[in-house]
Amino acid sequence: MDPVQFYGVWVASRLLLGTAQYPSPAILADAITRSETDILTVSLRRESTGGSGGRDFWKLISALGRKILPNTAGCHSAKEAITTAEMARDVFDTPWIKLEVIGNADTLQPDVFGLVEAARELCAQGFQVFPYTTDDLIVAEKLLSVGCEVLMPWGAPIGSGKGLNNRFALKAMRAHFPNVPLVVDAGLGVPSHAAEAMELGYDAVLLNTAVAKAGDPVAMAEGFALAVKAGRLAYRAGAMEARDMAVPSTPVFGQAFV
Amino acid sequence: MRLIVNGNETDVAAETFAELLLELGYEDMPVATALNMSAIRKKDRDTIRLKEGDRVEILVPMQGG
Repeated sequence: MDPVQFYGVWVASRLLLGTAQYPSPAILADAITRSETDILTVSLRRESTGGSGGRDFWKLISALGRKILPNTAGCHSAKEAITTAEMARDVFDTPWIKLEVIGNADTLQPDVFGLVEAARELCAQGFQVFPYTTDDLIVAEKLLSVGCEVLMPWGAPIGSGKGLNNRFALKAMRAHFPNVPLVVDAGLGVPSHAAEAMELGYDAVLLNTAVAKAGDPVAMAEGFALAVKAGRLAYRAGAMEARDMAVPSTPVFGQAFV
Repeated sequence: MRLIVNGNETDVAAETFAELLLELGYEDMPVATALNMSAIRKKDRDTIRLKEGDRVEILVPMQGG
């Protein structure tokens, strides 16, 4: 598969994978390996009293040697997201940040106003922002104008597994920004959703729950990896035009009994 | 002195951020820190002095989507 570039960094895999909700650390590690992903999302959280979960998690993730994309998950204001991003840069030593500013606790829909505000400040500080956004073209233009070089529209609400809720809007976004790396982030449930996003010309997909909550997360990780490859190949190959009527594929010429 | 550490009132003897991390047992952990909603970088932890009632966040790498 052809590599993809985010902020000047080339990666071979077009599947970005989250690290949450796996049944065990061992299954997480195996799923990461089987997915062949190059980029993992992580978060910052308070450690439980006397716990070592953070240290153990970081040891496991570090050993896998993937690029780290910290997130600002759970932030409900630009200020919270900016502070979290600054903290993440300090501990993960990367300018990358998956910027989430959540506008509604039930739908986890992005607060696009806070998102643009936070993106402006973080880009000015030298962060390389991966904004989790909607499929709204005007918001996308604002994000690009403040310095984002990647856009990550949702497919469906986080963790819903619904797939591409608004295929038309995602297709329009691809057409509108032909040279911007676009990543469908959130809402994918099965590998065919990932293939569909890639067939639309998206540069990559980011998912977590669909793998972590599968009956066999390791097998599902491979399923998504294959689907991403298949979708990318299909996009590059160029799909046939859909037709309203049947057209025989076997030649009519030379047919008997006519 | 009494601080609010990760949302909990905590009595500490530490006067700097670096001392606080030692006192609370974070010395060998990768941590990110904030004071009163502003991020505090590693390089500043020795010099940032704490005061009564400060709100401190000490965060660690965790699973995320």
